[in-house]
Amino acid sequence: MSDEKKKIDNRRTADLAALSVIDANSSNGQIETSYERFVKMQPQCNFGEQGICCRICLQGPCRITKKASKGICGAHDYTIVARNLIRMMCGGCAAHADHARHMTHVGEMMVQGKAEDYTIMDKDKLYAVADRVGVEREGKNDEEVFEDLVKLAKEDLTRFEGAHEKPFTWLSKSIIEERVNKLEACNIMPRGVFGTIGENIAQTHVGMDADPVNLVFQGLKTSVADFGSEHIATDFSDIIFGTPKPVVSEANLGVLDKDYVNLAVHGHNPILSEMIVRAAREMRADAEKVGAKGIKVSGICCTGNEVLMRQGVPVLTNFTSQELPIMTGALDAMVVDIQCIMPGIRAVAECFHTKIITTSVNVKIPGAYHVDFVEDRADEKAREVINLAISAYKERNPDRINIPQIKHKVVAGFSVEAILNLFSAVNPDTPIKVLTDAIESGELRGVVLLCGCNNLKRIHDNNHLEMAKDLARNNVFMVATGCAAGAYAKAGMMTWEAVEEYAGDGLKAFLGRLNEANKLEEKLPLVFHMGSCVDNSRAYDLMTAMARQWGVDTPKVPYAASAPEAMSEKAVAIGSWCVTLGMPTHVGVYPYITGSDLVNGIALQIADDVYGGYFMWEEDPHKAVEKLLYALDDRTWKMKVHRQAMEKYETESISAGW
Amino acid sequence: MAESSSLDGVLAREWKESFDEIFDGAVDESNPPLKLFKKAYDGAVIATSYAEILLNQAIRRYGPDQKVNYPDTGYYLPVIRALSGEAVEKLGDLPPILNEKRKQIYEELNFNNARLCGEAAAYAAEIIDALRYLNGARPHVEPWTGFLGDPVVRRYGILLVDWTIPGQAVIMGRGKSSEAVGEIIMDLQSKGFMIFLCNQVVEQAIEAGCKLGIDFIAFPTGNFTQIIHAVNYALRAGMSFGGIPPGERENARDYQRRRVRAFVIHLGEIDEVQVAAHFAAIFLGFPVITDQELPEDEQITNWYISHPDYEDMVKVIMEIRGIKIKIVDIPVPITVGPAFEGEVIRKNDMRIEFGGGRTTAFELVEMVGEDEIEDGKIEVIGPELDDVKEGGSLPLGIVVKIFGHKMQQDFEGVLERRMHDFVNYGEGIWHMAQRDTVWMRISKDAAAKGFKIHHFGELVVAKQKDEFPSIVDRVQVTLITDAELVEKELERARTFYSARDERLKGLTDEAVDVFYSCILCQSFAPNHVCIVTPERPGLCGAVSWLDAKAAYEIDTTGPNRPVEKTGLLDEKKGIWESTNEYVYLNSNRTIEECSMYSFMDRPMTSCGCFECIMAIVPEANGVMITTREYGGDTPVGMTFSTLAGSVGGGVQTPGFMGHGRSYVLSKKFISGDGGLGRVVWMPTELKESLGEDLRNRAEEAGLGADFVDKIADETVGSSSEEILPFLEEKGHPALTMESLI
Repeated sequence: MSDEKKKIDNRRTADLAALSVIDANSSNGQIETSYERFVKMQPQCNFGEQGICCRICLQGPCRITKKASKGICGAHDYTIVARNLIRMMCGGCAAHADHARHMTHVGEMMVQGKAEDYTIMDKDKLYAVADRVGVEREGKNDEEVFEDLVKLAKEDLTRFEGAHEKPFTWLSKSIIEERVNKLEACNIMPRGVFGTIGENIAQTHVGMDADPVNLVFQGLKTSVADFGSEHIATDFSDIIFGTPKPVVSEANLGVLDKDYVNLAVHGHNPILSEMIVRAAREMRADAEKVGAKGIKVSGICCTGNEVLMRQGVPVLTNFTSQELPIMTGALDAMVVDIQCIMPGIRAVAECFHTKIITTSVNVKIPGAYHVDFVEDRADEKAREVINLAISAYKERNPDRINIPQIKHKVVAGFSVEAILNLFSAVNPDTPIKVLTDAIESGELRGVVLLCGCNNLKRIHDNNHLEMAKDLARNNVFMVATGCAAGAYAKAGMMTWEAVEEYAGDGLKAFLGRLNEANKLEEKLPLVFHMGSCVDNSRAYDLMTAMARQWGVDTPKVPYAASAPEAMSEKAVAIGSWCVTLGMPTHVGVYPYITGSDLVNGIALQIADDVYGGYFMWEEDPHKAVEKLLYALDDRTWKMKVHRQAMEKYETESISAGW
Repeated sequence: MAESSSLDGVLAREWKESFDEIFDGAVDESNPPLKLFKKAYDGAVIATSYAEILLNQAIRRYGPDQKVNYPDTGYYLPVIRALSGEAVEKLGDLPPILNEKRKQIYEELNFNNARLCGEAAAYAAEIIDALRYLNGARPHVEPWTGFLGDPVVRRYGILLVDWTIPGQAVIMGRGKSSEAVGEIIMDLQSKGFMIFLCNQVVEQAIEAGCKLGIDFIAFPTGNFTQIIHAVNYALRAGMSFGGIPPGERENARDYQRRRVRAFVIHLGEIDEVQVAAHFAAIFLGFPVITDQELPEDEQITNWYISHPDYEDMVKVIMEIRGIKIKIVDIPVPITVGPAFEGEVIRKNDMRIEFGGGRTTAFELVEMVGEDEIEDGKIEVIGPELDDVKEGGSLPLGIVVKIFGHKMQQDFEGVLERRMHDFVNYGEGIWHMAQRDTVWMRISKDAAAKGFKIHHFGELVVAKQKDEFPSIVDRVQVTLITDAELVEKELERARTFYSARDERLKGLTDEAVDVFYSCILCQSFAPNHVCIVTPERPGLCGAVSWLDAKAAYEIDTTGPNRPVEKTGLLDEKKGIWESTNEYVYLNSNRTIEECSMYSFMDRPMTSCGCFECIMAIVPEANGVMITTREYGGDTPVGMTFSTLAGSVGGGVQTPGFMGHGRSYVLSKKFISGDGGLGRVVWMPTELKESLGEDLRNRAEEAGLGADFVDKIADETVGSSSEEILPFLEEKGHPALTMESLI
């Protein structure tokens, strides 16, 4: 093993900028970060790991052992595992539902004229969404259409459960009919999002459901509710802030500039961060007053992705390394909204001048600044946050500034609309055919969505990067979201240079053709950045478009998902809807499921029979790619055979099986 | 029909008190395969829970009165019907049935409980799959079959239970490669097996170019729970041919174990639900073999076997299942087996054809003396296949000389008619009609494999000797493709045909002293006896009086025995003391009397093989006939399938009777009930196929040639209300005949 590799192994990161900060820290300080805490946490609880520790009632904790093969109440391993698992899905769905609720809430305030800082920015998107979800536009002005969309979203979020209620419209109108039928037949079509979440929690209370299949199905229902919530969030963000278009920026800790007031936006929600980006552009003079050249906003996690996609704001870092920018001594403030905020950032900030500012009513950290962000005074609140950063700039200790000079160019901004727009230069009539044809001809092996978090059970970013390199070599078209996208941005893999370095001939030719047809000056990247984790909705829309083009159900489409370093409950929910909606889904860490062969068997195999998607647990990135390629090839092969059969037996339609 | 039927098989039960005795001692109690049992348990939990979710959701959506049924079956949901007897018709019938099965999933892990888990999983799968057919849905496209309707069960079910088809191979999962899967399937096809495929082996088989579909007795059912269609096929065979009453769980399983020689080959990874499915098979008496490496304690001797080697997997499982087949090695470059009998060769796939109006063609079997034959000699006179361009044709005369010490002139026709099967069994060879109307094709594939005209001779020599060992001692085949010589030989052949016809004309029931019995089908329908007379062929259409006579010569202890014609009791209805006695003694003393010529009074019973079913239409004072080929409704309000359910299984049902197609043309056709003039309805398909012969027969019977036009068909209507005005308008004779009832 080379010294460099050893270092990566010891430090548990493949991000060279992060590595340099950690190195500096271990030689001159004792600041504790997640990297150290992970080591101290070993060994982790084996019962929890397998999902067979039950603490949903006060008789427990019960754990399944050879001696005690059931909980005190008689719950089997499969009941305990399934309950724990679907509570995670529920947690994930609740997070996205809360995000969707927030977006809808802003929309409602706009309708009421109470959120003057927000406007309908993207009318085309407004119309497209209205048409998709079935909101009538005839005889209405834009505001009225928007109002109806808000009403529908609110109804979808809050509708009661029950078979007689209308299905979750936003969801059912955004997926193909075959999938709607499948969800209805299996009784997992949600009616309202929050109702489904409540149902899920009720179902996992002590003495409620003991049937592992029934529990898992409820979990899947919650997970598809998660997908619908993500779609609401994405759609409103696009309408209010604009649908992303290709944009060039840069990424990694090197984007910090010691001459500027450095403000990091972190979390998941564009509602505040968009305001900050806008205000920061206007407050340059305020920064200059304290001797800075201006204000530099950069992003962490999905808030970072949101503002990168629409505003070209540089990416600072992703989940696992979120404490490290503080340790450069050059970050003046980190403003956070929701989700994936490590409480640890506050303790790290104690050693520096950095101000940690929480803004959400449900995300607070003892010792941090809290600015109660309210939408009716959005701009004012954004300016308040920026002023805190400016004031912190004055407290910097120049001796402690140590910014790793590592950053990479990023070509991002690939919404489905943007991708189809690129395709339309090659095929104006049926843009999506550019992709499906390339798969049919064998130029591409398929599509893989790289998504999800960071998880220190694996070397930070390493699974992400290794997998993308292998997939590229094997001519897989890659789209990315979330912290996966962050990893590629930071490592320079969202560039044409990466295409030249890693892509196989097919992928290179495919992207080259698009470059040429679009006469692009800035050439297309190796991995296409689709946005934040709610924008996994975009990734699924791409799959849906392919399925429609081929006239088949999604389980026939060579499109897979991978969360190489999954961590959050949201990832559990996303992975679960990926499977339910028809994708082979790789996860690079083991979820808390192995304690039940039955539940694990459902996830790995039987889910495929019922829904057409299934999970693969594989920690080794290279083996994982082999499995994904097998999954893609298998679908291509099967579709080919089904087509041959259709021709040979002269049937009117292709087999609906998968 | 049957090649290797064995009456012993019916009697040799392996158990005394309970069917489950057959599993005694299979498991090493000191080291039971608990892991395997746990998987069966998990699989049953998953399957039944999933079925419950889908079922109750369907009830929520469509209501408890929603009709639930598979297409084309009179057996409701056959797994449930066979094993516990319920006649499920609507969704609301199902929850209590499913609940009973959920109840039998026990946590204690042992072999017995694992089988009960298997049974529960089978019920779950049957329910899950039946729901896919709600509201008339047809969830599959060819070659996938999904549920196989009763017509398919009848088409091959008999061959399955009389062991003409040596067994039912159920292949599930995914093999190591398409080629490997293709080899297993082709091996099974050459041995004549019925094959069910489920999951990816289907795609692999398609890719390997296997011949699949109903015509090839190779059914790709689908994925996942669609494996159940192999089970509901087998269980229907028991109900329809074995006469096992619905709900007799022990007897149904016993019949499966002994008559339906099924086994499961599982290729590739195995999930929990699949293990439960395997135990459903074991529950019915079918063993499972898998290519997966399993430790000793995850196997069960003779029931659940790990065998990673593909090479002899089929051989091993056949041994375990106790299937022995006689393999005749025929020196032809193609696969030969009944699976290819139904294969059609389209014009574009054709290398060469003979006859069919394009050229002169005929076939002739003639008996010769010991000195006039050179055994095994095959000679082609005229051009061979290679002399003709692709898609072309040649005249062809096939002259088969037979010498045998027990050969008789009467058997020439019997042996000649089997030429159709012998030639058709070849993969890529197609044969139609007989005598001087034959039409044959050789496919491009077969030609590419090296098949020549010469090889027809190899097929005929081998099969004649194999099928008729005691009457055929020597065979010589001459294949004439020389145009002039064919015409000349045809003239000679025609003298044979007309001589035979003359003789057949004189062959009446009155002219003979003995009839022949046929109890071939007792292997699966234990109480049924056919009496075959010169003017009443077997109801299957495959056994004429001459056939039976020949069969008796071949094997005097076989299923065809002479029945003397003595002690006439009723001349009109055709009842003799001797025939009654024979039927009574050979129907396990269940049928006391039986008439040859009446369907209203003590009619002959049916095994299930009948080509046609007749049923009384009281409103018209007549009878209607429907056929296996006709799937539609009839004036008695039932389809062939539904009627078949009440006619088969060796029971007398006055007013309903199974019979052969050619019986309609016989002078003895229900002569005891008024004869042909009684027929008020038949499908156009039957009318057309009987054609001129039917008109001639009507004229001969004094009904007038236009009688045929007075018979209603489905174009007139499919209910008695629809056809009555037609019959009245045409002045159908039945309306004025003596009352039938």
